[in-house]
Amino acid sequence: MKFGILVNEGPYQHQASDSAYLFCKAALAKGHEIHRVFFYHDGVNNSTRLTEPPQDDRNIVSRWTKLAEAHGVDLVVCVAAALRRGIREENLAPGFRISGLGQLVESGIEADRLVVFGD
Amino acid sequence: MTEGTAKKFMFVNRTAPYGTAYALESLEVVLISAAFDQDVSLVFIDDGVFQLKKGQQTKGIETKNFSPTYRALEGYDVEKLYVDQESLVARGLTEADLIVDVTVLPSRELGALMDEQDVVLSF
Repeated sequence: MKFGILVNEGPYQHQASDSAYLFCKAALAKGHEIHRVFFYHDGVNNSTRLTEPPQDDRNIVSRWTKLAEAHGVDLVVCVAAALRRGIREENLAPGFRISGLGQLVESGIEADRLVVFGD
Repeated sequence: MTEGTAKKFMFVNRTAPYGTAYALESLEVVLISAAFDQDVSLVFIDDGVFQLKKGQQTKGIETKNFSPTYRALEGYDVEKLYVDQESLVARGLTEADLIVDVTVLPSRELGALMDEQDVVLSF
C-alpha cells in the first residue's frame, strides 16, 4: 500500500512525530511504500538541523534524515508554517525540502491512505 | 479534473479559533485543496464550532480575525459545511450565531459522512 503521512506536532514536545516515524519504519519493513511525509503546524520543527538533544536521547531530526537516505522518503516542510516558525532553507537538516501545501493535497490524492499524526 | 477523478477531502475542525494555530492553518489547507478541484467538505465539532461564531473581536489579543475567510469559501466552491449538533447545543449556540450557512447534523450522521470520505484531515 502507498501511504502519505502528515505530522502536525513538534518533536520532543509531543509523541506524534515519534509515532509517525515508527509507523513509517514498520510500514517500510512490511514492504509498503511511504509516498511522502508532510510536516505542518509545529511539525515543521522536525526539520531543523539546529536541534541538539542530549546524548542519551533519540535524535528525532537525524532519524528522519536517515529514513530519507535509506528509503528515498520525500520529507516536505510547509513553507508558510515554516517561515512563521523561523525554519528556512539554510537551517534545514539533510533530506528535507521546503514546499507548499499543494504537496500535502497531492499526497492525499496519490496515496492509498493519508495518515495524520497530531493532537 | 472531472467529478469522477476528484477525491473526497474532509477537514475536521475541532479547536477554538485562537487558542492554537490549528484553525487558521486548517483553513489554509482547505483553500489549497479547493484549488486542486477536489470534493471538499468541512466539519466543525467540539470547540471547533467557535470558529464560525459571529462577531469575533480579536483586537485585544493582537491576533488577526480570520473568521471572514469562512464567508469567502463559497467563492472557492467550498460549500459543504457541516456542524455537529451536540457540540453546538452544548455551547449554547444556534445556527443563527454562525457567520455562514451550514448544515447541522447529529453525530451519527456526521459519522456516516466521514465514512464516505477518501481523505480525512483532522485539526
